[in-house]
Amino acid sequence: MINKNIILYTAILVFGITAPFIFPAFKVQLSILCVLIVLALTWNIQGGEMGYNTFGNILFYGLGMYLCASVQVGMFFPLAEWTESGGEKTFVHTPAQFFQGMAVGLVVAAIVPTIVAGLIGYAILGLRGHYFAICTLGLGVAAGEISGGIEIIGAGQGFTTPPFPDVGGLEARGEFFYLLSFVALVLTFLAVRAIYSTRFKLILNAIRDNEDKAEAMGIQTMKYKIIGWMISAFFCGLAGGIMGGLVGYIDSTDVAFDGREMGVFMVLMAILGGKGTLWGPVIGATVFHIFKEGFWTFFLGWQYVALGVLIVVIVIYFPEGIMGWLREKYPERFGEVVDEADRKAQVELK
Amino acid sequence: MDFMVFQYPMISVQACLDGILLGILFALIAYGMALQWGVMNIINIAQGDLVILGGYIAYFMYLYGIHPAWGVIVAPIIMFFVGVGLYKLVINKVVDRDLFISILATFGISILFMQLMNFAFGADVVLANSGYGTTFLFDSAVVLPNSKIFSAFISILFAICLVIYMKKSKLGRAIRATAQNSRAAKILGVDTEKVYAATFGINAALCGVAGALISITFTIHPYMGLPYTIRSFMIVIVAGLGNLPGVALSGMGLGVFEEFADYILGTEFRIGAVFLLLVLILVYRRFKLSRKREYLK
Repeated sequence: MINKNIILYTAILVFGITAPFIFPAFKVQLSILCVLIVLALTWNIQGGEMGYNTFGNILFYGLGMYLCASVQVGMFFPLAEWTESGGEKTFVHTPAQFFQGMAVGLVVAAIVPTIVAGLIGYAILGLRGHYFAICTLGLGVAAGEISGGIEIIGAGQGFTTPPFPDVGGLEARGEFFYLLSFVALVLTFLAVRAIYSTRFKLILNAIRDNEDKAEAMGIQTMKYKIIGWMISAFFCGLAGGIMGGLVGYIDSTDVAFDGREMGVFMVLMAILGGKGTLWGPVIGATVFHIFKEGFWTFFLGWQYVALGVLIVVIVIYFPEGIMGWLREKYPERFGEVVDEADRKAQVELK
Repeated sequence: MDFMVFQYPMISVQACLDGILLGILFALIAYGMALQWGVMNIINIAQGDLVILGGYIAYFMYLYGIHPAWGVIVAPIIMFFVGVGLYKLVINKVVDRDLFISILATFGISILFMQLMNFAFGADVVLANSGYGTTFLFDSAVVLPNSKIFSAFISILFAICLVIYMKKSKLGRAIRATAQNSRAAKILGVDTEKVYAATFGINAALCGVAGALISITFTIHPYMGLPYTIRSFMIVIVAGLGNLPGVALSGMGLGVFEEFADYILGTEFRIGAVFLLLVLILVYRRFKLSRKREYLK
């Protein structure tokens, strides 16, 4: 089993590294896919393992996006003048400045949302069920509305992130951002995988199954909930910072705090793949992204209609997701012992 | 930040009156929310989009030369059937399930409605001109459009009619019985499926009335639905389910808060202030309850 896993991981890693060279036309799409998988994986820590269905992880994503770009600009040039000038560039980053700024920006984009998550987590993780869901939805939208009113980060007209320096043209830009997002994905996956093999995951599951009993067993549930959320925020912020550089333009409600797109996507991807599994979000995000790209191009303009229908269909008819479906079909593969007679009886009952 | 509102008392009076008239409208939407939440135990994120759809019905009547105030009668009738259709298609599959499923499913409906309305009616901000003129109070220091007074009056009228209907009619009794205990109601011969459909229809009809009034007094836009959902959710959690005077009062309170936020913070932060207020209210209640080792249910 372990050998099989190693082969699988090596194959994925090799594919991941060589993918932009095999499919050079899809570099941007692949980078977006990596970001989507990161978001789905981190959402799954809350929604899948902890049972706290959040719409608010978009907050950290958007925060990371704004922070990374602001730091990248602010380190070398006055931020206000940069946003004032909008599309017409008065300042140009040298390559060294660009990469330095990006590195510092990503660190800030990962750490500040983590602190924010700790602070607001203490306040709102005491809410449960749908109150938590609506509260986080409100947080996400409020963040979008408020950042749309702040002048220094572009307000309503948006914020153009520093363009990629002239060191190899469009190809180099695509490869750089792909590599960045792929590294983020690998880091996230390894971190999540490491978490899922510890007691921490069992505690999260205990909170999901019955929080009162978990507390009665002596688990400081609040502490673990906050830590879980901080881990999510860390990687969400990182993904946001990368995505900001990739898109090249930040708008408060359409790109950064985009509850209608990204905020729903991450929930949908995790549910489509299967909540509460390690591989579920990865599979879900991949399937969703392929489906989305195919659909979005064929039904240009109708994508939100398709998205709405898709949400309803998945939520109502397919709440267990792909992993849940596989699990029901091949329980042996998941290490479950199956009583053949019992199973047949159940099938007949159905 | 602008504190003019406190330096000139007449502006405060204006804000208060505007807020109260606006809040009555919010309370009407929140009443529908409380109704379906109490009876069917679902939270409908598409509530605001139903409101906007009702608004477009009135707007279209205005475009075709009919006075938009008639929308107050036409919109609920159409919206009732929209609501029942929506129930038969989607909502009946989420009624008995986890609340998050209903939130997510109605979120999907909300996105769907938003985009369909965007296609059908265009992405412009529109309003139906009622031509009711304005009322001047206190030596013209306070200006109130008559349409706002009209809309508040109609809202109160509909709310009173609905309360009487719920108390007296057979269906109203069935709805209240189902809200108390759906299983017992089923045993005693109430067709709960029908009751649910009717509840959702009534909720949609209320949204239709509110939407028609909003299209007369304010503006409508396909993407403006979500704030109405959040406002009604907020009003319901402040007032509690089934507390009608509470719903009316907290609706007016929210309206006044919004007007003051508009004056003090500026219009661009108005929606943000509403959403932040929701978060603050929830956090406040969570800390208050956690002292007693309880949580919001």
